[in-house]
Formats: sequence, structure tokens, C-alpha cells
Amino acid sequence: MHASLCDQLADLVQNALEAGATRVTLRVAETVGRLDVAVGDNGCGMSEAVQARALDPFYSDGRKHPNRRMGLGLAFLRQMVEATGGGLELRSAVGTGTDVRFWLDARHVDMPPMGDWGATLTGMMAFPGDYELEIERRRGDQGYRIRRSELIEALGELETATSLAMARDYVASQEEALTMRKGQGHGSNDT
Amino acid sequence: MTLEGLRKLREEKQQALAQRDAGEGSIEVIIGMGTCGIAAGAKETFSAMVDEISRLRLGNVVVKQTGCMGLCASEPSVEVVVPGMPGVVYGKVDAAIGRRIVNSHIVKGELVGEYLFDKPAADIMK
Repeated sequence: MHASLCDQLADLVQNALEAGATRVTLRVAETVGRLDVAVGDNGCGMSEAVQARALDPFYSDGRKHPNRRMGLGLAFLRQMVEATGGGLELRSAVGTGTDVRFWLDARHVDMPPMGDWGATLTGMMAFPGDYELEIERRRGDQGYRIRRSELIEALGELETATSLAMARDYVASQEEALTMRKGQGHGSNDT
Repeated sequence: MTLEGLRKLREEKQQALAQRDAGEGSIEVIIGMGTCGIAAGAKETFSAMVDEISRLRLGNVVVKQTGCMGLCASEPSVEVVVPGMPGVVYGKVDAAIGRRIVNSHIVKGELVGEYLFDKPAADIMK
């Protein structure tokens, strides 16, 4: 299992980009005691046969590394879901894309830490290629939305360390503002 | 911070950004961010190297990410391509080693030998 929720999210978005997606959406919503995540992409998608094996850690479609037989990303997700009393849905169609939805009991003792939102979301934006990534983060009735195209428009590019550091600080500021509003009665750890 | 604030911040740091165009060719730092890299802490490596490159104002360095480079047992892995030098891959690069690579390999042109691999894993080379 990944060490943090952010690690798992980074893995799912990287999967989407490796599937050739040009449009990826990530939605993370927290309400009291529950965390809902949805990752959607318009990549190459998976057949029903591949979907049936996608959660198997000893299965890989073999396109990336033909000699390797491991595929741990979704297996880690299943492990996280099972360990924290959650659920997982995988919907995919060849040529259309893939939607992964999962939800976790945010108060479960085995709930992983959230992780570093600034570095994680910036990392998702910084893969090479022309793709749009839209991130919607919500906690209760508060939230923020970040689009890769808007960050690139504001910063010019997302390749130099200077612009990546600024993007990371911007994302972190959005998350910090959301955390500061947590005292208004929302959030996974509210009691 | 707002997007407008981000634009203003960029303008303030425009001088550092402009150095990229003034260089004789970009140095590339490519960090493996597959499942194995993420699980081994590649995001912390990414963040540390971005901070160190930014702190040293190395405007001619671009930082990129890629998927698994095949060195799953030696993650996080980082490839460094400096014009005029052979491209090399480092393994087991935590945040501290990432900063060392910036200061030694990128700034001084000296390899960090004990973390060096010569190229990505043979069975995934194209």
C-alpha cells in the first residue's frame, strides 16, 4: 500500500497519462468521516478481460515493459480500500477511457496520511506532453479547482525549478486555505 | 494566493526564468514517477531537487518526470542529462542525495559515483 493518499493519487494520474489521455480529471471530496475520490481519463481504456485482471498485482498489460509481469498501482489501491473499509469501482471502455472511483472511511485507524498536496498536484501537472488536468478538491462545502492550462498560462511553463516551486507554493496555499476553513465544521477528522 | 498573484510572482522572478533562454542548452533532470518510484519517495526527491535548483538559481535546468525506468529495486531513480556529458541514471536517490546530485553533478560536473547506474534497466531499453 502506498504510504499516503497523495502517493496513490499520483499513481492513478500517472496511469491515466501512460494510457495516452489528453484530458484527466481528479476529484477529491471530504465530508465528515468519508473521503471520495474519482479519477477520469480519455485514454486508451481497457477491455473487460483486462479490467478483470487490472487489480491483480501480478498482471500488467505488457505494453510498457514487455518482460515485466507486475502491475502494482491498482493493487495498492485495492489494498488501501480493503484496509480502510471503503469501496472501489472501475469502469473502462477501449477507445473511450477509464473512470476509477473509490471511497474510504476517513476515520478508520488504517487510513493513510494525506501527504504533500503541493508537491503531488504539481508533479501531476509536470509530466511532458500536451494534456489538460483538472483537479477539484472539496472539503464539506468549501473547495478549490486547479487546471493545468491555467497554471501554464500564469507561469509560462512547468519545467524550470523556479516555475515548479511557484506552482507547488500556489497549490499548497490553496490547500492551506482549505485546512484553515476546516474549523468551520468540515473535514475528515472533525468529531 | 490567487492565479493573478502567481502571475505577479512570476514577473518578479522573471530574471531567474530568463536565464534558461540565455544558457547554451538545457540540463535535464528526469525523475522516475511510476508506482515503484512513488512508493520509494520520488515525490520528496522531486521536491528537494526543485528546491535546490531554485535556491541556486540554475535557470538552465529543466525538471521532468517519467514513468518506471525499470530500476524498481533502486528507486527513486533520477536521470541527469548535461550537454557535453553522457546521460546517467542514479538510483536510491532520496532528498539528500538529490541535493548532492544538484551541487556535484549539475554545478561542478562531478558524478556522485556511489549512486550511479549507467543506463535504464536492459530489459526495457528500446
